[in-house]
Amino acid sequence: MLSKSKIFFKGIVAVLPHMLSVIPFGIITGAIGIELGFDPILVYATSLIIFGGASQIIFMQLLSGGASSLVAITSVGVINSRHLLYGAVLSEYLEKLSFIKKLFISYFIVDQGFAESNKYIKQNKNLSNPHYYVLGTGVTLWFCWQLSTISGIILGSFIPEELGLKFAIPLTFLAIIVNDLRKLDNVFVMLVSGFASLILFNAPFKSYIILSPIVALIAAFIMLRFKK
Amino acid sequence: MTWFSIIVSGIVTYFSRMAMLALIDREMLGTKVKEVLNYVPAAVFPAIIFPGIFFNDFGLFVEITDPKIYGAIVALVVGFYSRSVIATIVSGLLSYWFIIFFLLK
Repeated sequence: MLSKSKIFFKGIVAVLPHMLSVIPFGIITGAIGIELGFDPILVYATSLIIFGGASQIIFMQLLSGGASSLVAITSVGVINSRHLLYGAVLSEYLEKLSFIKKLFISYFIVDQGFAESNKYIKQNKNLSNPHYYVLGTGVTLWFCWQLSTISGIILGSFIPEELGLKFAIPLTFLAIIVNDLRKLDNVFVMLVSGFASLILFNAPFKSYIILSPIVALIAAFIMLRFKK
Repeated sequence: MTWFSIIVSGIVTYFSRMAMLALIDREMLGTKVKEVLNYVPAAVFPAIIFPGIFFNDFGLFVEITDPKIYGAIVALVVGFYSRSVIATIVSGLLSYWFIIFFLLK
């Protein structure tokens, strides 16, 4: 039986490779906020209060471009609504947790942390304390995100733009799902989601981020019917 | 006003993280829904990956010769065989840099 601290530590280790994209992305987010003319405290507040990379950048870009608060808030809500899906998946693993612990752990649910936790918990079904793994991933991502946005705020975008490190973001997510390509049903769902995102990319409020997964999940539902 | 927007956005985002985890009872989800939920990673992440590769900064389709496409193919192959997150990301970045700094210069 693994101790709680060991499970927590495993979670930390699992998300470390993702720092290759999280840290540059955090620096860029902090630097963009300053470039757009926001007060450093405000820029940092988005990392602490919203804590969601892409949505923070869009939020600041919209407000600085003169969009209304309503538009900015709606965009953040739409982009981050994908967490509803993560919560639904994690609720199966964390159902034994107390309500208060669930409220606490919720703050730390992030894309990469969810993906690594989901992978690990699926492979270790009788893990007694899976929430320590989720926390290990989430807390690590949280610290790195806070520190990297702060350094972006203070030092500006000190990573040369020619490096094109933005490309690390699709690569991180590719690394997350590449193993699932072994199963044909997964490949089908991925292709539906990917092509849907290309078609829906210009839909308002960046809603392709949630519309494409919905289309893909409907496709999965239909596929499951045919499989039986 | 900006503070107000940040706080409301924060509440909305926190709610999105918390709602399904803390407020929904597992019993409320049927077996069919649970089965479909197995596909959440496969359904969510390509919607971040595809635009990141196939669109440029201005939201236009890249050309078929774009270095990002080849970097992604290398990462895909390396990731598939190595099963390693770090190898996937590093191989993608290195091949991308090799193309933009050596082949295109």
